[in-house]
Amino acid sequence: MPPTQSSIQSPLFHASHLHKRYGGTTVVDDLSFEIAPGECLGVIGPNGAGKTTTIRMCLGLTAPDGGDISALGLQMPRDALAIKAQLGVVTQFDTLDPDFSCAENLVVYGRYFGFSKSQILPRVPKLLLLDEPTTGLDPQARHLMWERLQLLLQQGKSILLTTHFMDEAERLCSRLIVIDHGRKIAEGRPRDLIAEHLEPDVVELYGDGALELAQSPLKDFAARVEVSGETVFFYTQDARGLMAALGDRSGLRTFHRPANLEDLFLKLTGRQIREDG
Amino acid sequence: MSPMSTPMTSPLPSTPSVWRPPELSMRWWPVFLRNLLVWRKLAIPSLIGNIAEPLIWLVAFGYGMGALVGEVQVGGTAVPYILFLASGSICMSAMNAASFEALYSAFSRMHVQKTWDGIMNAPVGLDDIVLAEMLWAAFKSIFTVTAILFVMLGLGISHSPKLVVAWMVLVGAGITFSSIALIFNALAKGYDFFTYYFTLFMTPMMFLSGVFFPLEQLPSAVRAVAAWLPLTNAVALVRPLFMDQWPANWWVHAGVLAVYAVAAFWVALALTRKRFRG
Repeated sequence: MPPTQSSIQSPLFHASHLHKRYGGTTVVDDLSFEIAPGECLGVIGPNGAGKTTTIRMCLGLTAPDGGDISALGLQMPRDALAIKAQLGVVTQFDTLDPDFSCAENLVVYGRYFGFSKSQILPRVPKLLLLDEPTTGLDPQARHLMWERLQLLLQQGKSILLTTHFMDEAERLCSRLIVIDHGRKIAEGRPRDLIAEHLEPDVVELYGDGALELAQSPLKDFAARVEVSGETVFFYTQDARGLMAALGDRSGLRTFHRPANLEDLFLKLTGRQIREDG
Repeated sequence: MSPMSTPMTSPLPSTPSVWRPPELSMRWWPVFLRNLLVWRKLAIPSLIGNIAEPLIWLVAFGYGMGALVGEVQVGGTAVPYILFLASGSICMSAMNAASFEALYSAFSRMHVQKTWDGIMNAPVGLDDIVLAEMLWAAFKSIFTVTAILFVMLGLGISHSPKLVVAWMVLVGAGITFSSIALIFNALAKGYDFFTYYFTLFMTPMMFLSGVFFPLEQLPSAVRAVAAWLPLTNAVALVRPLFMDQWPANWWVHAGVLAVYAVAAFWVALALTRKRFRG
């Protein structure tokens, strides 16, 4: 059946008002998002923010306490198997079968999808769910993965990606949601989010006298000053004045760079270390 | 949902009971096939391991003790002790083979290797995985039992054509014991837990089910309990068939085994669903 106009525009994946509690703890709190065809949606958040629980609910492995999930015109968890038949999944911990070689894994997993040996290779599903797919990969492998994912996006595939690598999120995702304590705290294009929440320039200072400079009149050059450990961050609209005023101080090290997604992430979710999720 | 409720307090719309009926389909087959493919690589060494131990017991006890015991009365018929023991110990072998597979091996796949989690990312449901594991453990038990049966034929312990029926009973016993073992698989935190199952359940049952000596020697209170053990009922069916007789009250024994199988599978499924619901 040829797709109608409305089915092209309607989201491929839609989660609305998801809730999940474990005991007395709310893990996912009124979370809604959708993925349009051809889009890569990034989900970022600290450990324990509810990312993995959300992915598990999207796969029908955990039943939400409230809310709806629909994918590819089907309803989760009622049509879980029919949805998963059309879904590509990469989990945080790889689930390759250790009792088989790589080629055997393809055949064995293909069989779970009802494919014979010859049907496996040409198949790439319309929608991919990737839960921290590049964790533990070396830069070569990570770049190869990015290349391939970008190729899939060009072919019109849709991706839901969770990651702790902000450069990865910035590179691949057309849209991001930031979640913390199970709630969505920001949503938008990566560049728009940075522009909306941060000053464009960051000057990092560390070494001799850095901490004192955070309290000095120099702080007037910055819109915002943050101290983390031994490092001082000056967030500013224009770093030229600050850099000139800093001059050449021996023992002080400076690092001037544009504000990035990592700054945004830390601003929104704080610098405190989280317990494992 | 009532119009009064808000999303924050709405009741759980989609958390069905773990005790709902099994949702089974033919999707168990690729999971079963997966286990078969892994095992194929190790079949011969594992076969030797599986049949060597029961045969050592049989030969040592059967001929050693048999010389002391001579004949045993079974329902008014005197039978050589080796026949008595062979017909009981083959049921024990079915139990052991099914239990080991459904405990240690299934637990490795479920908990240690996370094989089940991988499978569930594909369009295969948990119920079908549990069914596949149950049938797989039963298959391993049947494989072992068949091999032992051929050796017993070779030793001339029994030549009854009714051994074909005995084989079918043992297929059923394999299903019963793998279903029971999967309950404990669902509850296990680690391999150590299975020691309880073996020492507190299987070992006593071995001695209370008429494998090594006739139940008539036990106090009547113990016998009353023993009559309801699954192994007792398996032995009560298999032993007469080894003696070329039809078992008395076969429907009672077959019924007990069937009830154990169905009930245990259901409980195992519910507990496994609970374990994975997270």
